[in-house]
Amino acid sequence: MVDKVLTANRLTDGIAVWLDANGAWVTSLQDALVARHAEAVAALEEIGKKAYSDNKVVDVNVIEVQETNGVLWPLRLRERIRAQGPTMEYAPGYAIADPKFIDV
Amino acid sequence: MYRYDEFDHAFVAERVAQFSDQVQRRLAGELSEDAFKPLRLMNGVYLQLHAYMLRIAIPYGTLSSKQMRMLAHVARTYDRGYGHFTTRQNLQFNWPKLSDMPAVLSELATVEMHAMQTSGNCIRNVTADHFAGAAADEVADPRPYAEILRQWSSVHPEFSFLPRKFKIAVTGAERDRAAIQVHDIGLHLKKNDKGEIGFAVYVGGGQGRTPMVAKLIRDFLPEEDLLSYTTAIMRVYNLHGRRDNKYKARIKILVHETGAEELARQVEVEFAQLKDTELKLPEQDVEAITAYFAPPALPARAEGWENLARWKKADPAFARWVQQNVQPHKNPDYGMVTISLKPIGGIPGDASDSQMDSIADIAEEYAFDEIRVSHEQNLILPHVALADLEAVYRGLVAIDLAEANAGLITDIIACPGLDYCALANARSIPVAQEISRRFGNPERQAEIGELKIKISGCINACGHHHVGHIGLLGVEKKGAELYQITLGGSGDEHTSIGEIIGRGFEPEKVTDAIETIVDTYLKIRKDQSEIFLEAYRRVGPQPFKDALYGSAAEAA
Repeated sequence: MVDKVLTANRLTDGIAVWLDANGAWVTSLQDALVARHAEAVAALEEIGKKAYSDNKVVDVNVIEVQETNGVLWPLRLRERIRAQGPTMEYAPGYAIADPKFIDV
Repeated sequence: MYRYDEFDHAFVAERVAQFSDQVQRRLAGELSEDAFKPLRLMNGVYLQLHAYMLRIAIPYGTLSSKQMRMLAHVARTYDRGYGHFTTRQNLQFNWPKLSDMPAVLSELATVEMHAMQTSGNCIRNVTADHFAGAAADEVADPRPYAEILRQWSSVHPEFSFLPRKFKIAVTGAERDRAAIQVHDIGLHLKKNDKGEIGFAVYVGGGQGRTPMVAKLIRDFLPEEDLLSYTTAIMRVYNLHGRRDNKYKARIKILVHETGAEELARQVEVEFAQLKDTELKLPEQDVEAITAYFAPPALPARAEGWENLARWKKADPAFARWVQQNVQPHKNPDYGMVTISLKPIGGIPGDASDSQMDSIADIAEEYAFDEIRVSHEQNLILPHVALADLEAVYRGLVAIDLAEANAGLITDIIACPGLDYCALANARSIPVAQEISRRFGNPERQAEIGELKIKISGCINACGHHHVGHIGLLGVEKKGAELYQITLGGSGDEHTSIGEIIGRGFEPEKVTDAIETIVDTYLKIRKDQSEIFLEAYRRVGPQPFKDALYGSAAEAA
């Protein structure tokens, strides 16, 4: 089974977040809790539904990731960009995505 | 410029208060996302990949310096120090917090701005020729009519829940700079043989997944019938437009399925009922609104001619900028300046807070306090004395916005694409940046001449790729980005939809493909006066297919 993590956008500011092992919504994909079997994925989905109905987050999704040398890497480009931000310099003082992380 | 009256002020203030209350209730958990989403969309608030996005309406693309400074202030205070001017003549902020929206909208209201009807299945921000009121070839200023349509369509109870979104564009010259034939309704302001003002009415144009060129259903609609006839079109659409399938819900599909002739007949039936009702435009109201758009008193500045010739001789870069970015004004002592938001390798349409402030200063000092946003994602100073062009140019050089590329290959339209947009399948901005860098040499751009490249990161076509001389559509194929190229599109008075040239290109190959197309054009053109689009229309796709795909061209 492909590994999965739970992601959403925070209600108050819309920033992309991932669920960690403590049940907190964190801003780094690398801190996300990884579901490695069907029961764990089902649990993530339930947590996502509750967080949505509790008005903590919006646009909740379970996404596919691959773990290589301890680094979580979303299979879809869209999710890699969500995890690291725009891929070009867009505003002074704000980090952009690492090209090595973005490229296939 | 149009100034809010008491009604407008009260109307916007009420809406800000209403939406502020809705935001507070959402944050307090009293409103669910399902309940809140349509409310936030009605107020221009989207959710993108990284954050919320706020789309602010700039009616017919007209801004004062004060308004531009407010946009700079919002960018600095509530966002990440920049804004993105769009193909809808609007401005988008990519990082505002939901909790800040009430404050942002309250601040915008102080300068007569809002974000209403920048989303949702309603009549959106009415767009117009960005050279309105200044162009030498203009019959009449389209903005008073765009303003009348804005007032009529704002929170119109009958047209707030249409089958799908609805876009109206107005142009006042034979040369269509508002792309009216790819809008739901396109209005071409003209005069009849008697010298009376009226409109040619086009219906059912659009881009997206089913691009269509609008059909002419009325060659001359008298001015006084603008709202009654538009209402008749809306009623036919509201009644018969498809609500069962989002992808078939735009009026272009209705026009296509019904036939333009039959649709025009249905509109005429409705119009007959509406023609002599309260929708008939009173002459005094038209005059009152037109007075708001009276051009500034332009003093004679004949000294500009001599100065300009001298400055151009002394500074080739300035001469190039004047040649490319300054267009003839109806007053010969003045010009219309395009401020290119396409610096080489930059992000099309982006401007920083400090750039916005500087442009506001320049407009205040040299351009009668008026700025326009073009649908090509540039800014315009519509009234600048030739005698002031040098000072304006120096001011723009100081903020890195003096690129002399208006209408050239690096003046690229690009949607936000997958770097921001939740709908996108592929990135647009980095592709535009690489093409811009490849062709950034001023001499090379000038040699290539007029060439409009337009890039969309998904089939929704916010980057207008269907009407690009060269269009690029980003798609996702097997988890990777791929760019489909179309050739021969155009969004002017001879509108055409670009043709797909063959199989798509990977991101690392797309700039080479563009170069191959450009080199092919340079080889086949009759002379430098034959621009890319004309050459393509003369020879068709085959030489380009051969150059791109070689012997595989037949199969493509």
